Amino acid sequence: MAEPRSIDIKEQPGFRSIAVICLLVLYVPVLILMIFSLNSGSLVTHWEGVTLGWYGSALRNEEFHNAARNTLIISISATIISTVCATLAAIGMTRVKPWRGLAAAFMVINLPLMVPEIITAVATLSFFALIAGTFGLNFGIGNLILAHTVFCIPFAYMPIRARLEDMDLTLEYAAADLYATPWKAFKRITLPLLVPGIMSGAALAFIVSFDDFTITQLVAGPGQTTLPLYIWNQIRRPMTPEINAISTILLLVSILFVSVSFLIARRRAK
Amino acid sequence: MGIALKKRVAAPQLPSRPAYGDNQTGTHLPPRAGSLNGVIVPEQPGKNAIEVRGVRKVFGTGENQVAALDTVSVSIRENEFFTLLGPSGCGKTTLLRLIAGFDFPSAGEIMLHGQDIAPLPPFKRPVNTVFQSYALFPHMTVAQNIGFGLEMLGKPKGEIEARVAQMLKLVKMEALKARRTSQISGGQQQRVALARALAPQPKVLLLDEPLSALDYKLRKEMQIELKRLQHETGITFIFVTHDQEEALTMSDRIAVMSAGKILQVGTPRDIYDRPAERFVADFIGETNFLAGTVVSKKPGVATVKFDSNATVAAGYPEGFDPTGEVTLVVRPEHADLVPDPAKGTIAGTLSNIVYFGTDTHYHVRLDGGENFIVRHQNSRSSPVTYETGAEVGIQFEEGAARVLKD
Amino acid sequence: MTTATLSPTMPSKAALFEAQAVKAGARRNRLLSLPALLIIGIFGVLPLLIICVYSFLAAAPYGGVQWRFSTDAYLNFLFQRDIFDDTLQFTPDFLIIYLRSFLFAVVTTIICLLLGFPTAYFMATRPPAQRNWWVLLITIPFWSNLLVRTLAIMFIIRDEGLINNALLGLGVIDKPITMLYTNFAIQLGLLYAFLPFMVLPLYSSLEKLDFRLIEAAYDLYATRRQVLWRVIIPLSKPGIIAGCLLVFIPALGAYVTPLILGGGVHLMIGDLIAQQFGSGRNWPLGCAQALILMAAVLVALFFYVRNTSGKVQHG
Repeated sequence: MAEPRSIDIKEQPGFRSIAVICLLVLYVPVLILMIFSLNSGSLVTHWEGVTLGWYGSALRNEEFHNAARNTLIISISATIISTVCATLAAIGMTRVKPWRGLAAAFMVINLPLMVPEIITAVATLSFFALIAGTFGLNFGIGNLILAHTVFCIPFAYMPIRARLEDMDLTLEYAAADLYATPWKAFKRITLPLLVPGIMSGAALAFIVSFDDFTITQLVAGPGQTTLPLYIWNQIRRPMTPEINAISTILLLVSILFVSVSFLIARRRAK
Repeated sequence: MGIALKKRVAAPQLPSRPAYGDNQTGTHLPPRAGSLNGVIVPEQPGKNAIEVRGVRKVFGTGENQVAALDTVSVSIRENEFFTLLGPSGCGKTTLLRLIAGFDFPSAGEIMLHGQDIAPLPPFKRPVNTVFQSYALFPHMTVAQNIGFGLEMLGKPKGEIEARVAQMLKLVKMEALKARRTSQISGGQQQRVALARALAPQPKVLLLDEPLSALDYKLRKEMQIELKRLQHETGITFIFVTHDQEEALTMSDRIAVMSAGKILQVGTPRDIYDRPAERFVADFIGETNFLAGTVVSKKPGVATVKFDSNATVAAGYPEGFDPTGEVTLVVRPEHADLVPDPAKGTIAGTLSNIVYFGTDTHYHVRLDGGENFIVRHQNSRSSPVTYETGAEVGIQFEEGAARVLKD
Repeated sequence: MTTATLSPTMPSKAALFEAQAVKAGARRNRLLSLPALLIIGIFGVLPLLIICVYSFLAAAPYGGVQWRFSTDAYLNFLFQRDIFDDTLQFTPDFLIIYLRSFLFAVVTTIICLLLGFPTAYFMATRPPAQRNWWVLLITIPFWSNLLVRTLAIMFIIRDEGLINNALLGLGVIDKPITMLYTNFAIQLGLLYAFLPFMVLPLYSSLEKLDFRLIEAAYDLYATRRQVLWRVIIPLSKPGIIAGCLLVFIPALGAYVTPLILGGGVHLMIGDLIAQQFGSGRNWPLGCAQALILMAAVLVALFFYVRNTSGKVQHG
């Protein structure tokens, strides 16, 4: 006699296996890539033994240094500019009395998310070519910083806006009630409470700038190789596990920043 | 306790330019005679702390306009525990927000000790608020929260510390002063919110349904606590609630509001015993309404005849001239049953008896078809027991019946 | 009680003050938003307008444009001018690439939905602590470097990659199966790249699902399958639409994936456009091709907006 089986009503048959398969599919290739960065052989696919040598040779590599330096200059600049702009814009556009043009402004902020990257890339390339041709203007690496800032702004903007929307408006009323001028209320109440959102936004802006390949590849001038471009250049030569080592470094940076952003956002939710 | 806000002023001060909103650049009105860090100090303490004069508040524009407050006028005396009572959406919170400065009246004036504060931003009004959600700053400790107002007023550090210590003692929170506000209970948060609003010694304390988030027992405790604080600080309290029992037990005076208007202002006893309008009588306590016709009247008392030809003497509101068909109101505890229908002012059939422990409610179906409830306090020796279906008479106590305005 | 001394039509001092404060607030908020809007406006929107103009210009021989009005770019999209008799000949090469990209994007979207929905549903039904880990695990690939992730796929499917090595080692095959630089490689790469883009919006929609509704459905004699099709899926429609859009749009304009896994043999729109700015040296054509892609994206967005605004009307 079968006992009445207690069923979990939320359960759907087979969904668990699909979820596990998805996770495996997402992680196995990347993990293999990471493991082979420790391969003592010089082939990227044939395992011979464990070494950290490829990290050493990557870190001693002059080209890698230059690429890393460029990447950091661009990412950090773009992160700072975009986070400041996004913070100001979020304050001016969230929980405010609707001003004329607010809807249009919202669309403009989100535009970079809707345009396919390749279009942004060729448009930016055309733009910088035009101003270089017409006005003789070339900002050097500034070109890349500006191009990155554009698509970093909406990424930085999202968590800041979410945080503002979550914030209890009565806290600012309370501050005003307790004799805080609007500026003091902002400095003492709004801004400190907004910091997690700003950090989270900055982390996302940093990742998307740090990882960008498409736009950078088309816009970058000579000597402006970033880490993703460096990897792309390596792919087209005979490959050694050094490329796995560099890729792993890039992935670890992404994972670090995603986790930071994620944890900040989670703490907010609690 | 009078340290801070009691500077005397020559003339009412208005800000030289209305700078709310674009004051973010840090431009700050310099302290002048009559203002302390831009917060105005009222001149001559008059009899009234707050005078609301013909205040209207309209939200929305064009066809979507809604009048949240429809030409409200009311005076609130110094050191008074004044309650705005009404159902949700009656405009009581809107009125409170206008006094606090979070909203601005579309028309009318709000006088604080004789000076119009309606065009001032909240941070220039010597008025503090206890919010329904408490609105404690989550990134600050209990003590930092309490000291915030004083700090914003630019008080010296030593003075702030002394005052915070004093406030902590007043609300019995000394032990928890270093805690984050998220680490204390709801009742404790309530106390901190009170202390924070009282610390700058406002002229008027506004309380927006502050007890609604507490459970029953804690609410009862805080009601007593609030009365004590009001007594000890001597500050005018304006209290907003939809709970009629809370209003009756705590207030010196109550304003009953409905649909953006103040219907009646008076002491709890006035409001309960002598309601002027049907809404007031109905909203506060249980009530019986009876229809009748005025047959004669002398100042303050009208004689009203029922269909049964019985008559009763009934008081009526001041400034009202009762004639013809009127509605009478009789509280259930101001009437009593008599076994002989002929001996009652009115008569009917007992349709239901509900036992409440402390008292019993007798539901009587009157001969005219209306329902009438009689409340009888239970005691060890109830002389008569009634049975459902019995024919009974109802006697009114002296002065129990009142004529309503509408 | 004081009677009102003011006529109700006369705005009070306070009302004037409020009006001024509102105006000042709007001015301040506009000012705060200005830096972000200027940067995106100048370096994001203006370039898009420039490629609109460029698409109507003539190509300069070594890249760039000549300032002469021309519709060649759009004509070249479908036709080729015969060198000898100057007639236009229909050449569907570009059109085929567009249709193929569209097909890739559609297949990617469907498979991602089939895999992503059960995953997102499974995640949403975990206890909260476990749920956070699942979300983090899906979020990491979402934000990880696409180039590196595509590289990881390349290592696996190469002739001497892990799959072929394993199959050879097991003796299943005796010479490597060619997978890299095929349509299969591109399709696999697209799936791998965009799967997280499907799971996350689906999850955030399913997470809000009121599971008492499922109990109610079972109570009313629905089977598991009926609950899925009649309750869960209709309720998560906004998430499904958002997820499909988030996969379809970037898949349609994919650049990195076909670049690495297609090896320049099997092109998608993204590579085609980039080519015109590189070896093709025909900027106006590239601009026209980009704008045609943009038009396709706008159509997709239009359907999204129409669908979601319909949702709002429902409540």
